[in-house]
Amino acid sequence: MAKELLRMDHITKTFPGVKALDNVNLTVEEGEIHALVGENGAGKSTLMNVLSGIYPYGTYEGDIIYNGEVCKFQKIKDSEEKGIVIIHQELALVPQMSIGENMFLGNERGKKNAINWNETYGEADKYLKMVGLSESSRVLIKDIGTGKQQLVEIAKALAKHAKLLILDEPTSSLNETDSRALLDLMLEFKKQGMTMIIISHKLNEVVYVADKITVIRDGSTVETLDCHSMEIDESRIIRGMVGRELTNRFPKREGVKLGDINMEVANWTVYHPLYAERKVVDNVSLNVRKGEVVGIYGLMGAGRTELAMSIFGKSYGADITGTLKINGKEIELKDPREAIDAKLAYVTEDRKGNGLVLSNPIRVNTSLANMKGVSEKGIIDKDKEYAVAVEYQGKLKTKAPTVEQNVGNLSGGNQQKVLLAKWMFTDPDILILDEPTRGIDVGAKYEIYCIINDLAKAGKSVIMISSEMPEILGMSDRIYIMNEGKFVGELNAEEASQEKIMANILQAGKGE
Amino acid sequence: MSINIKDVLKKYTMVLALIAVILFFQLTTGGKMLLPQNVNNLISQNAYVFVLAAGMLLCILTGGNIDLACGSVVCFIGGIGAVIMAKNINFVVAVIVMLICGILVGAWQGYWIAYIKVPPFIATLAGMYAFRGLSNVVLQGYVVGISNTAFLNIFGGGADCYVPDLFHGEGMNLTCVIAGIALVVIYVLLVMRSRASAKAQGYSVSPFVSEAVKMAVIGVAVIWFFFKLASYKGIPAALIWIGIVLLAYAYITSNTTMGRYLYAVGGNEKATTLSGIDSRKVYFFAYVNMGLMSGLAGILTVARATQAQPTFGQGYEMDAIAACFIGGASAYGGEGNVFGIVIGALLMGVINMGMSIMGVEANYQKVVKGVVVLVAIIFDVLSNKKKK
Repeated sequence: MAKELLRMDHITKTFPGVKALDNVNLTVEEGEIHALVGENGAGKSTLMNVLSGIYPYGTYEGDIIYNGEVCKFQKIKDSEEKGIVIIHQELALVPQMSIGENMFLGNERGKKNAINWNETYGEADKYLKMVGLSESSRVLIKDIGTGKQQLVEIAKALAKHAKLLILDEPTSSLNETDSRALLDLMLEFKKQGMTMIIISHKLNEVVYVADKITVIRDGSTVETLDCHSMEIDESRIIRGMVGRELTNRFPKREGVKLGDINMEVANWTVYHPLYAERKVVDNVSLNVRKGEVVGIYGLMGAGRTELAMSIFGKSYGADITGTLKINGKEIELKDPREAIDAKLAYVTEDRKGNGLVLSNPIRVNTSLANMKGVSEKGIIDKDKEYAVAVEYQGKLKTKAPTVEQNVGNLSGGNQQKVLLAKWMFTDPDILILDEPTRGIDVGAKYEIYCIINDLAKAGKSVIMISSEMPEILGMSDRIYIMNEGKFVGELNAEEASQEKIMANILQAGKGE
Repeated sequence: MSINIKDVLKKYTMVLALIAVILFFQLTTGGKMLLPQNVNNLISQNAYVFVLAAGMLLCILTGGNIDLACGSVVCFIGGIGAVIMAKNINFVVAVIVMLICGILVGAWQGYWIAYIKVPPFIATLAGMYAFRGLSNVVLQGYVVGISNTAFLNIFGGGADCYVPDLFHGEGMNLTCVIAGIALVVIYVLLVMRSRASAKAQGYSVSPFVSEAVKMAVIGVAVIWFFFKLASYKGIPAALIWIGIVLLAYAYITSNTTMGRYLYAVGGNEKATTLSGIDSRKVYFFAYVNMGLMSGLAGILTVARATQAQPTFGQGYEMDAIAACFIGGASAYGGEGNVFGIVIGALLMGVINMGMSIMGVEANYQKVVKGVVVLVAIIFDVLSNKKKK
């Protein structure tokens, strides 16, 4: 039996009015990868914040026993000194600084008033090698991709002499290849004796790396599963997370009736707005029928979002060529307004960054893309606006006390519903959904899927962009596969499988 | 539904601060602060702050963008008007030319900011120098007097710039009293009507008690204010212009789609653009409005001084910006309202006047003003922090 490294004993943490953690127990043994899973708001991040000292000793009840001694961390530095290092979901890197500068930010090499740059970059290169990143530490963060940035974060943690590494959703912004590489790196570290805690929504990844899985629900530990003593699969974990077996993660669609072709894009080519010679979307053709859900699968950086945005009123890219037909008529959409008027809706990928106005209430966000629907001659009818917001809150079951609640205070799943409400209120015929379920929990995902199915049933055309393969396979009638700006395959729902999709992508890669 | 005292205090912090400051000066000046003449001057002297702050609010809403040029523009526009009127041209022509010039100046700056994406700070810094220079050119470095009495009476200059008393009250301007009462009655009726319509449609309304208390406080304050004005010379002309501007901008920011877009662009420009709204038009609108308000402020300023000088308007931009930030506008955009800037402008005005009456040296007055702005923002930042 391995040595116990960390025990969090009966941790209870209350915020004004809410009990965020209620008697949580977590035991981590040396040299294992321990996964922490639970729905959004279950308390995973709070627990890790308690552990790392973000919530100082005294603001919670219970004990943290690390390496046999009771710890009373007052701030993050205290826990880092002990070797507990947390890598947060949102990367905390300064884009304008080099990799080396970022790695030792707040922990500079040399003296306080005289930074030793040789040591900084020398050390940095050493740690970069350990994580298998073949970039010079003098390269600026903004010049490398998210996958590499995530590796820099890990190298940064190693530089702090981490003994217990906590990774909060490390793969949420990575594509499948990079994710897999990261997970393999974790397994490699394990061999060298590192202990890790991983928080993740992606259960297939959890199953892949974890030795033990602790499930948290509503602020309490539900169970700890040992992956070596029993067979664990995703549905077993989900049962623990939601308290019931989700036998069907994707709602069935009854009586699919496909209508005429609603939108057709032919020979669509888009160039990068800054690097004029780079083709971001290369000769893509696609169509979608009324009542159809079409999936576009592709890794991140394949050009999916760029394709969608360039169709949606040329909001991305330069020198766009190709034809766009809506309802059989060729049409040119010069800006988002024209696209909306042509009954097109683009539900953006990054709901916080370019989807919602977080400082405004649900009501205001719901009407933003269709102010005409709640105003006359530029004067807003506030009663009508309120009624509309309430109507969509009910329709999509958005959980919020009132529609006057600021969107910034909602959970990811509910934010996504507000974003959907905003676009449904524009009464579109064609909806392009870009990563509609990213970063939201299993229960909310299911509800979003139901909404998508309802839209299709009502005769709308839905294009769903996603990098989660099970979702694409579970939801789509037809799947386009995109790789490096090109469509490299098209599969019907019946013939599609994970293997076939990957094969298409690999083949395209070889053909180059 | 209970009324949470803490929430009320938080919501009306600046109002309470304003009352506290007024009481402080009332005590330290031995009651001089609230003499009718001083209440009157508070409005007349600070008319430009209210007007400029209304324009500035729109710019700040779009993302904390400010207009550094408006002080110079006030001087430039005032100079144009004075020169036109000195040539014995009808003052109506002068006013129209001044307002159009204001709009043109706003369009000039707005074009660079909205369509060419020059940072507003720099575009308006350039304007600040350029229009100051142009004021000198227009006035040729001289003071130009204004003698057109119709112009002065309408825009708040000279001895007779008050709404005449139709009822010829003895020692008390009855028109002014009646106007005050009428305003309160209209306000109460509007509130009741909006509550009734909200109830009829089944929306929740705030408890009647809290609404009644609010109405009573506002009603008493307004009547007291008009009573003070009535015991002096009545309604100053400048107050009418301030009233029109504030009502118009309160309406624009809360009830029109363009107002909504100002908040949305300030809150999240990308999301707004992808919602089919042309953010360039929104910036342009904000700066054209700022220009128009600079024009009006120019008119009010030269009218009150009955002359135009090349040094007028210095520091006006900072007064307007300070009023907005004290009034709760966010330096990052997307938050703020007209009620707030009224309180902000009044607070600055009261402090200025109170210190002048007390005989505080001008240099120290500036120090105090600086500290007040800082304290107001610190308060805002801290109370926002606690919310999270």
